[in-house]
Amino acid sequence: VTSETAARTRRSHRSEGGDDGGDTSARAWWRPAARWESGLVLVLICVIVFGASESSTFLGTSTVFYLGINIGYIAIMALPLTLIVMTGEIDLSVASMLGLSGAVAGDLWHHGAPIGLAIVAALAVGALGGALNGILVAKFGLPSIAVTIGTLTLFRGLAEILLGSLTVPAAGDRQLPTSLTDIGVAPIPGTQLSYTMLIFLVLAVGCGVLLHATPLGRAMHAIGLQPEAARFSGIRVDRVKFWLYVSSGVVCAFSGILLTLQNSSVSYSAGTGLELNVVAIVLFGGVSIFGGRGTIVGVVLSVAVFGALQMALTQINVQPEIQNIITGALLLISVVVPNGGEAIRRLRVRFKRSSAAGAPRSTTNRTPGSDPG
Amino acid sequence: MSKVRAVHRMAGIAVAAVIASGSIVGCGSSAGSTGAPAGAPTATGVRTGLTVYFIPKDTQNPYEVLADQGGQKALTELGGKVVVSSGTQDTAAAQIPSIQAAIQAHANAIAIAGNDPSALCPSLNQAARAGIKIVTFDSDINCGTSPNHLFINQADTKQIGTSEVDVLAKQINSSGQIAILSAAASATNQNAWIGYMKQQLAKYPNMKLVTTVYGNDDPATSLSVLQGLLSAYPDLKGIISPTTVGISTAAQYFDTHKDVAAKIALTGLGLPSQMKSYVLDGTVKSFELWNPTDLGYLAGYAAASLASGSAGLQAGSTFKAGNLGSYKVLAAAGTTGPSVVLGPPTVFNASNVNQFNF
Repeated sequence: VTSETAARTRRSHRSEGGDDGGDTSARAWWRPAARWESGLVLVLICVIVFGASESSTFLGTSTVFYLGINIGYIAIMALPLTLIVMTGEIDLSVASMLGLSGAVAGDLWHHGAPIGLAIVAALAVGALGGALNGILVAKFGLPSIAVTIGTLTLFRGLAEILLGSLTVPAAGDRQLPTSLTDIGVAPIPGTQLSYTMLIFLVLAVGCGVLLHATPLGRAMHAIGLQPEAARFSGIRVDRVKFWLYVSSGVVCAFSGILLTLQNSSVSYSAGTGLELNVVAIVLFGGVSIFGGRGTIVGVVLSVAVFGALQMALTQINVQPEIQNIITGALLLISVVVPNGGEAIRRLRVRFKRSSAAGAPRSTTNRTPGSDPG
Repeated sequence: MSKVRAVHRMAGIAVAAVIASGSIVGCGSSAGSTGAPAGAPTATGVRTGLTVYFIPKDTQNPYEVLADQGGQKALTELGGKVVVSSGTQDTAAAQIPSIQAAIQAHANAIAIAGNDPSALCPSLNQAARAGIKIVTFDSDINCGTSPNHLFINQADTKQIGTSEVDVLAKQINSSGQIAILSAAASATNQNAWIGYMKQQLAKYPNMKLVTTVYGNDDPATSLSVLQGLLSAYPDLKGIISPTTVGISTAAQYFDTHKDVAAKIALTGLGLPSQMKSYVLDGTVKSFELWNPTDLGYLAGYAAASLASGSAGLQAGSTFKAGNLGSYKVLAAAGTTGPSVVLGPPTVFNASNVNQFNF
């Protein structure tokens, strides 16, 4: 326990902007400019300049709307996931929950239910699915990556059982209400924002306040950095995690409804594989996969970068395979760069240790917890 | 405890690696330039300088690639150009950005193989409102009349479904358990054929369809559902796989498991180039297909003719399709809107498979 705690303490120091050897005022002035978010702003500007110079249609008005249509419903799922990753956990079942929610709503609609009931039922299924993840992770202490890979398959399987080869509305079904499906074809009047993008921005403000300006948000940071310390300081770690999973389930279910309306239809495979996009947005937004570090602003910027990059690459005839490689590289950068410093130090410690192995006494200042064991 | 941390870290790295290898921007590609102003009509009534967006199910499926090439050939003959744009996965979400790109580039027509019968309708509607003509090939969309579009049918849907059952029946003496290995459960074309297969099976009382499994047009998925099928139904006598990915995966498996091949007859829709060796060594007796390059070629001519106004969607409207000759638009029937049919499917076996190079 001591070594783990010590390691987390070190990381928490760095994440506050402190230098390993203590804060030196000479270095402090450029620290704010070197934040991950500043890098994202720079990347975003580069993408926009690149898109505008390579494609004559990139700066057209419809780009903003299409961007919202393509990434809005994905971005919404990234918000609760950000909070979950902050606490050091992960939820890979997000896209399957989106699919299951759409399937539930679609199945009810197919069987004649009113749209309101279909939506409420889908949200309830989202809450149930999230609670299942929450119980397994928070109450039973199972690793969230394993649990949510399991529910990823489970939720998608249930969706497939519900709808099978059916696409709702099927032949003979009522069409979904046009007043709602219009979110897929029309921006908010007077703007180029899609409705999904507006919902994302509103939810982002809410999550930002929650994470950065409330005791609960500080508790999430604490859980991610030092779960034991958080527990001893009176934070109900299990309860926070449980409700985060429930809210993730509900938000993903909501996203599934939005996608159904946007597409005017739903099949069981809606959103297959999108969990990768969602996790990518969160990590590229600068949220540490190890928990405790990250901002909602970073995630919003990350959404803008991914959205703009997709629009630009699609418009300038870049093969989808190459697009995947570009995005994969961006992701690796987002994981390697923030953790690179620590990796280098670990290597250095290991090197010194092995070179000092023959000597009677090592002069290496061993850091507890940096043991790669 | 540091072990726990290490495991935690490994998990994190694993997630990152999985993500990095997966697709993030599930979308396609397109031309940067805006559509060139279309020129004067040629002798066939088709204008030059047309831009047609070909949006296949994905950019890697060999069948779709051949169709795209056919489209390219058609537009080259007509003095226009084709932009091929789609994603790497067979999803509607991967095709929507390509439709948007076509709208933004002021394309003259879109020729699309739908990954979903309905989810593409809102985007295609926007395209139609922007004055873009819509042609579907391979897999139709089901949007009613908005947008109204022309379906380039590879072969009569009923004929494909019934003939595959007949081909299999001949191989297994019209009796025993059979199964279907299809593409995605939501694929419009496969589902339509399977519907007619079931009708045709009523004529063979001793043949029993035990299940339909879905390989999502992905070799790995197709292989695992095939293995599941074989262990769940040890008495299986025949498999119909109405998709080129499914039948080639199954043929490859049969080729390395001769005991299975001896027991179970495999047929369906396959590419001669992929199936040649299996047919010649007897693993597969016969299968069907049409020429996918011709399909794309016909779609290209149809799209250009619609965009030029030299053909319409009304039944009886005719247009010339280069070396394929003249085609007539058929009236809407059932859930299918206006369509043209490429021709009857070809049955390939050891005697003729060498003559085809697609």
